[in-house]
Amino acid sequence: MALLEIKDLTVEFPTRFGAHIAVSNYDLHLERGEVHGLVGESGAGKSTIGAAILGLLPGTGRVTGGSIVLDKQELTTLDSAAWHGLRGNRISMIFQDPQTSLNPLLTIEDQLLETILQHLPLTDDEGRARALHLLNDVGIRDAKTRMKDYPHQFSGGMRQRVVIALALASEPDVIVADEPTTALDVSVQKQILGLIKKLAKDRGVAILLITHDMGVIAEITDCVSVLLNGTCVERGTTGDVLGRPKQPYTRSLVASVPRLNKRVARFPELQSRDPLSIDTACSVPGASAEFAAEWLLGGSQTGPDPDDAVIAVENLSVVFSSRPSLFQKRTEFQAANRVSFRIGRGETLGLVGESGSGKSTVAKAIVGINPTREGRVSFLERQLELAHKRPTNDPSRRQIQMIFQDPYSSLNNRWRVENIISEPIKFYGLATHPGEARKIAASMLALVGLPQSALLKYPHQFSGGQRQRIAIARALVARPTLLICDEPTSALDVSVQAQILNLFKDIQAKFGLSILFISHDLPVVRQMSDSIVVMRNGEVVEAGPSESFFDNPCHAYSQLLMAEMPSLDLLADPETLMAEARN
Amino acid sequence: MTVHNLQNWWRRVSLESEVLYLFLRSPAALIAAAFVVVIGIAVVLAPFLAPNNPYDLSSFDLLDSLIPPVWIAEGEARFLLGTDDQGRDLISSILYGARLSIMIGAVSILFAVVLGVGLGLAAGYLGGRFDMIVMRIADVQLSLPAILTALLIDGIARGILPGDAHDRLMFFVLVVAIGLSLWVNFARMARASTFVERNKEYVQAAEIMGLSPWRVMFVHILPNILGPLMVIMTVDLAVAILLEATLSFLGVGVPADQPSLGTLIRIGTSYMFSGEWWVVLFPSAALILLIISVNVLGDFLRDALNPRLR
Repeated sequence: MALLEIKDLTVEFPTRFGAHIAVSNYDLHLERGEVHGLVGESGAGKSTIGAAILGLLPGTGRVTGGSIVLDKQELTTLDSAAWHGLRGNRISMIFQDPQTSLNPLLTIEDQLLETILQHLPLTDDEGRARALHLLNDVGIRDAKTRMKDYPHQFSGGMRQRVVIALALASEPDVIVADEPTTALDVSVQKQILGLIKKLAKDRGVAILLITHDMGVIAEITDCVSVLLNGTCVERGTTGDVLGRPKQPYTRSLVASVPRLNKRVARFPELQSRDPLSIDTACSVPGASAEFAAEWLLGGSQTGPDPDDAVIAVENLSVVFSSRPSLFQKRTEFQAANRVSFRIGRGETLGLVGESGSGKSTVAKAIVGINPTREGRVSFLERQLELAHKRPTNDPSRRQIQMIFQDPYSSLNNRWRVENIISEPIKFYGLATHPGEARKIAASMLALVGLPQSALLKYPHQFSGGQRQRIAIARALVARPTLLICDEPTSALDVSVQAQILNLFKDIQAKFGLSILFISHDLPVVRQMSDSIVVMRNGEVVEAGPSESFFDNPCHAYSQLLMAEMPSLDLLADPETLMAEARN
Repeated sequence: MTVHNLQNWWRRVSLESEVLYLFLRSPAALIAAAFVVVIGIAVVLAPFLAPNNPYDLSSFDLLDSLIPPVWIAEGEARFLLGTDDQGRDLISSILYGARLSIMIGAVSILFAVVLGVGLGLAAGYLGGRFDMIVMRIADVQLSLPAILTALLIDGIARGILPGDAHDRLMFFVLVVAIGLSLWVNFARMARASTFVERNKEYVQAAEIMGLSPWRVMFVHILPNILGPLMVIMTVDLAVAILLEATLSFLGVGVPADQPSLGTLIRIGTSYMFSGEWWVVLFPSAALILLIISVNVLGDFLRDALNPRLR
């Protein structure tokens, strides 16, 4: 009998349209010291399983079948009083976002002590000693003095260590870790994952690790279950499942993960999880992807030419200054310091760095919505005015377009897709009459792979990947010369990411667009970029051609970033998988 | 629109609209909505429904004054709910009075919305000095009780306008007075929502295109902040009607020959303890019913549109 046995677990959420089955017939055996990975794309039911184990199903959710047995004790039938003794005691949880999972008004000593005294029969002093011991165990240096600090005085990684210490406070048998490193930078992610693995082995704690990130799974799990729409499609040891996937879905999932070690021309798209309902209720005469292509080429793009710089940024510095009140001194924050780079025609420049490195700041300075202290931006051999000095009718407003990270906030929710896409057409006067604008908008949708009926819908009726396609259509419809993509796929699932990245590659190959590709995800950047700029704390630390950078990074920081990326060696080669799928 | 289209439309709306779904399952909201509809119809059709015209001085007789309701021994069939001290039929007075009260309430809310949302949206979007000035004015406005503002404006209007013009323009004096004391709510709500929306990427996308601030504010942001504004609009409609009644009760509202609900109640209070209770009871009951119905609807909307409260 394993420590935690889940059999035939089924979880349903009753809705007004009937019961929604979030998890069906899920089995799990979890032993002491084992790290079991639960991987799947959004909506697969990963977090629901975690919540069911903790008895914390949100809202109307309930377990309608199966059993969860912890050490011979059935959990699905417990009442809330019994849960109080169990939750945080024998089962605890590590949350995704360390910013919000700690109480900002209590010192970490108070928070640890509260949990310890709740569950263990200790005096205050013993509890304090235990808190100190726990903080030492999770690798907080100088724990004795830092215990008196408040959460905001710790960095993100340190805070997540505190959250782990909290989860360990009562010597739990099982820890559910729901995306424990998703909110952290890569360099911190590696340390936290190492810590979780070490704690599992040293203390014999069973850990259920929920994540969407194959790299994290490959890094620390012993076994893994792959979920699709609430059903477990494949399970086994991590090496087997990732290295020799048997099910088509697992294969496509593994194949879609971008690799750091070599560049592929296109991402394999083996199985689409983003089905588009095709209905012919709306059809615009003459609209087609071909028309869109023709129309975009009418914007006179030429072939790629690295020597012909589309944009050259020189010594760009961005300083945010603020005065908290009338009686305080103005404070300044240098977000970007003397950043320079150039992008050739038809080229992609990858701008890489951790959060807070100033990547987005530079992008927003280029498009003129950030205050810029100094520097020059020349675009198509013409120097652009910076910040609010740039006139609203400057031609660069049309020629530089931007795609944002979050497809849920980058589209106006109260507008129909048709209006969203035709706004640039109308604003820049690209069409002679409304009928033509409609035809262009419909064609653009076809180009990015959406049906024409999408014109009449609102953004909330689409999935994240489909919304990002709409955002791409909106950017392309202005016939830009330079496309700025700010983390365009980090809010998307891997299989959708592969589709979107392929779309970028196709569009660039066809229309010779220049792209500034901003991302923290090195494998994605490697797949997309011709050259690389690495930023840290607002400064450029390394710049150079993509291939030589990835094969042989010069700067110590770049080497560190590269080394911190989770190793994907366990994963099967995408080309082999594709070849297998074809047979 | 054909019947078939209408059916399709209804099916789509009833499937997709969460608000409608919750509405059909909330007895309180349904009853309140029924009352609002009944009152609305009665008020709109007042000239046809009312047995008498209380504004027409020749239609009533002082000899008919203070007749009790029809079910009391001295009651007369001509006056269902009895008459007031002038001999006016109460049921007609209530219908016409409610009509006036609702009209003043609705128009002053409209005035407050236009003023408040315009200023709040601009303050939230433009920020800086404009924001500071608008919000300080709002603070000053909030520190003055609504009734004081209304009395002040009424006083000014009285001073400027000749006597009979004042009586004729009393409607607009009340609208301005009530609107001015209610715009702050809308401005604050609009400003707070704009702060949230301003940092969303669709607004940045619009700014990058080079759209003018006016277009960004009123075409892009405004539709996204309307939800919460609709809610305070309904809640404040009740407040506005009540404020009108209060002002009329205090004697600074509409003149006594064109009574609103508040005026009727003021007239009635003098007879409250002398046995002619109906003069104050029925207008008060009508006012309370109206306010509660509108409030319940407003509360329902607030809960239904706020997913966190569900």
